[in-house]
Amino acid sequence: MQISMLAPEIEIALLGLLLLVLGLLLPHKGRGIMGTVTFLGLVIALLLSAAGFGQEEALFNGVYQADSYGSFFKLLFILAGLLVVLSGSAYIQRLGRRANEFYSFLVFALLGMVVMAAAGELITLYIGLELMTISFYILTAYLLNNELSVEAGLKYLILGAISSAVLLFGISLVYAVSGTTVISEIAGHMQFQPAMVAGIILMIAGFAFKLSLVPFHMWAPDIYQGAPIPVTAFLAVGSKAAAFAAFVRVFMLALPLPQFEWGLVLAVLAACTIILGNLVALVQTDIKRLLAYSSIAQAGYILVGMVAGNEYGLKGVLFYAMLYVFSNLGAFAVATAVEVETGSTSIEAFKALGKRSPMLAAIMTVCLLSLAGIPPLAGFVGKFYLFSGAIGAGYLWLAFVGLLMSMVSVYYYLMVAKAMYIGTNDDMTPIKPDTSTRVALWICLAATVLIGVYPAPLSALAQTAIQLF
Amino acid sequence: MMETSVQYAWIIAILPFIAFALIGLFLHRWPRLSAALSILAIGIAFLISLLVSLAVFSSEGNLVYEAAARWLSMPGLQVDMGILVDGLTAVMLIVVTTVALLVQIYSLGYMHGDPGFASYYAYQSFFAGSMLGLVLANNFGQIFVFWELVGLASYLLIGFWFGRNSAKEAAKKAFITNRVGDFGFLLSILFLQILFGTLNFNGLAGEIAGYTNTGILIGIAILMLAGPVGKSAQFPLHVWLPDAMEGPTPVSALIHAATMVAAGVYLIARAYFIFSSTPQALLAIAVIGGFTALFAATIAIVQNDIKRILAYSTLSQLGYMVMAMGVGAMTAGMFHLMTHAFFKSLLFLGAGSVIHALHDEQDIWKMGRLAGKMPVTTWTFVIGALALSGIPPLSGFWSKDEILLGAYASGHIGLYILGTIVAFLTAFYMFRLIFVAFFGSGEGGLKAHESPAVMSVPLVILAVMAIIAGFVGSPLMNNVFAHWVSYPGAVHHNPSLGIMAVSSLVAVAGIILAWAVYQKKMVDVAAVKTRFNGLYQLLYHKYYIDEIYQWLIDHLIDGTAKVLFWFDVYVINGLVNGIAALTGMAGQVLRYTENGQVQTYAMYMFAGIIVIIGLVMMAGFAIVL
Repeated sequence: MQISMLAPEIEIALLGLLLLVLGLLLPHKGRGIMGTVTFLGLVIALLLSAAGFGQEEALFNGVYQADSYGSFFKLLFILAGLLVVLSGSAYIQRLGRRANEFYSFLVFALLGMVVMAAAGELITLYIGLELMTISFYILTAYLLNNELSVEAGLKYLILGAISSAVLLFGISLVYAVSGTTVISEIAGHMQFQPAMVAGIILMIAGFAFKLSLVPFHMWAPDIYQGAPIPVTAFLAVGSKAAAFAAFVRVFMLALPLPQFEWGLVLAVLAACTIILGNLVALVQTDIKRLLAYSSIAQAGYILVGMVAGNEYGLKGVLFYAMLYVFSNLGAFAVATAVEVETGSTSIEAFKALGKRSPMLAAIMTVCLLSLAGIPPLAGFVGKFYLFSGAIGAGYLWLAFVGLLMSMVSVYYYLMVAKAMYIGTNDDMTPIKPDTSTRVALWICLAATVLIGVYPAPLSALAQTAIQLF
Repeated sequence: MMETSVQYAWIIAILPFIAFALIGLFLHRWPRLSAALSILAIGIAFLISLLVSLAVFSSEGNLVYEAAARWLSMPGLQVDMGILVDGLTAVMLIVVTTVALLVQIYSLGYMHGDPGFASYYAYQSFFAGSMLGLVLANNFGQIFVFWELVGLASYLLIGFWFGRNSAKEAAKKAFITNRVGDFGFLLSILFLQILFGTLNFNGLAGEIAGYTNTGILIGIAILMLAGPVGKSAQFPLHVWLPDAMEGPTPVSALIHAATMVAAGVYLIARAYFIFSSTPQALLAIAVIGGFTALFAATIAIVQNDIKRILAYSTLSQLGYMVMAMGVGAMTAGMFHLMTHAFFKSLLFLGAGSVIHALHDEQDIWKMGRLAGKMPVTTWTFVIGALALSGIPPLSGFWSKDEILLGAYASGHIGLYILGTIVAFLTAFYMFRLIFVAFFGSGEGGLKAHESPAVMSVPLVILAVMAIIAGFVGSPLMNNVFAHWVSYPGAVHHNPSLGIMAVSSLVAVAGIILAWAVYQKKMVDVAAVKTRFNGLYQLLYHKYYIDEIYQWLIDHLIDGTAKVLFWFDVYVINGLVNGIAALTGMAGQVLRYTENGQVQTYAMYMFAGIIVIIGLVMMAGFAIVL
């Protein structure tokens, strides 16, 4: 074993600590560089992860995995973190003296995600999950003067704790039957017992909470709305992808049980999630709540790939998770810019954005259309993989539900576009985001279009990453 | 250096697209900078094309380079993005970049002061890039993508002055008419993919050589032919091209010479392995081409608008090229495409120069006496007209002669005679134009002045090309062109002095007749018009094809549309609105599950777990039992 295989994790942990210390040491005026330090640190982590892509090694007797699958998700989380830092810096700056801890909590949440994706053992996984979740509790309640934010933080804490308990209970039942918590060994000690079935279901429920699958989704809109918007963005993209990374690894490798087809349970959950997420999104008037419901529905689409469980489906999970980073964060970045300028997150605030700031409106439209799955944007290719996987695995009805509800989703995504291009607004001052936000926006736009037009490289990357299944 | 240059041929198509993107995104506020960037991009593309072509030509057409990257991959469908460089590509690269470069330089003067100057150059770059991408493509999928982009670019440029209703209408007409042809083309591509599992040219050529079901091949060839019939404006989809002159005149030059109509002829040449495998398809091509050539030439005789005359002349010449393809003289068709590109862009740019000088006057009868005022424009125009008429030793003579020779030697005597008649008509209508507009007694030209150098220099360069471009395909240079562009099994016929003499004589006869009628006024034109009024009206109204189409659209299509509209409003909309209302209501109802209470949320979670466990247990017991 080489310690260099853990280089990204170590670097991220050090970065988080460094940011905490810097916040204490630097005078108030000097803390403007915190964002830059975070950004540079994450760029280094990105390079380290990229360098590690392609190695396949089990560390500490399989407790921790340094493999392509984990590396793919590491890249994903770090990219998401980078985009959140870039697009959120103006917002975070407004937090004043408490901005420095904000960065370090973001980095610790990121570390938690990375551990989740690479964990080869259930307790390690749980620790990663808690590290991420606890960081998010704090980040959610970060606006101490804002009732919604504090309420959201508290709700998230209570419900998160319950779901953690459920997940842990599930893990303990699986351990009780199989006698091990190492993911790669569980399958060998698999027995069909009621306790095992209950354990699997409780674990599904635990992950379903993180993925905000119906009926474990109810926290999401409240928390998404209350949390500071960069946190919402990171929560919607990073936390969800981390849960998928762990969920897929555990269930595909450890828990195949011929007598109990949990795939069907997931299929039903996916269908409910897609239907409810899309339908309720139709009637939202707040952009954060709209994106919350949209992201509930999106998780449902990704779950379809896992239900399929074949090459196409799993490739689709990874592919979609990656493009979702760009398309969703692009939309959130525009929402952040609008909120910074107008102080509002209502869809009303987007009226006439097409005239006030054509570039923002165009990027928002492209990102939303990608989420809706309109060709030639990235979302189309992603959904194509996911639904082809489902059809290949015989879940024709599920693919049908997904396609039908994608059509419904076009309606609410275009409602935002309609407000931007057809609506009129009394305030016609142009919205000019700062440079770092603009960079983030351009990256999101470029990636959303490029992945859609030329999907082969990302597809090949995802293909490599799913070799372990 | 030269041989390795082919590996970088892809840059040729990328450069104009980069210019387009930069202008569209960042530079559109600085018109001069936009124009400079656009010209720089096409200029470099021209230089690379020159290197690539020299490499290909110096190898006598033996150098073939193909490279591809996988664009999309799934079971049963592999789509590549790639380039294929051979003699055919090289010729097209030279033609497209030369004409596009000169047109863009010329436009500096012509479009000077236009409020849309920057977007004009953005579109120009887009147009050139699309055409170059089409020419470089190594498979049908890619060629179709660029084919459509060319269509889009032409739509944008024809409708460039969208404030004018006629420009808008013309742009729509061009786009829609082309769509009809594209539909057939796309179908043929789909059939190829289904039957052979590849769209790569070389791959398909191998597959088709061993394919025996000629019925299907004929079907595919005829469907594919619809594409060129639309894009290269062959009868019956020719109607868009004359209207397309609503765009700025340099755009007409581009469309008529290099970037739009040439695409159709190029496609026939590129897909020649399909067409040449079925004599029936070839015959169809030859007949369509020959008919269009004659049909358009007769219309050109009676038109009064300078651009309209040239437009019908293009139709007629395209018919020539297509006819050449049909009689097996693919090389001659491409040769004529090349020479035509030079002299037709020359003629259009010359016409633009006149129109510019006369403040948008396009009626040749309102011109006259231009020769003294605009010497450069006049004499370059005359050179272009002589080349088009096929007067030796100008370029048009050699290429036209190759086509006539091809038709004659392959036994299509009827088409040969038809081609000769067209040659006569061509010379007649071109010199009718010249004697009326440039040397006529009208007063319109008195106030004219020569165009600035940015406009006249491209004219001179093109005039030189119109004179010399034909030598590469002449016996004087051992017909090297035939080595560059050819196909397996091509038969080359020895030049026939007789055919050369006949075609030259009829061309001279046409010129003399035009001179006698319009310069010396030996015949009373008005009297002839009245005498043959029926025929005159028929020709003047372009055989009433537009009117027939309009009638069909009004009665057949609109009628069907009305029925469908009723169905749509009352049945489909009713259903859709009903479903939408239901969906919205469902959303309203479901949102009430969300009440903000943590206890409720936790309850739903546990209820969910219990329901799942309950259902699984019921199903599970069934399995165990």
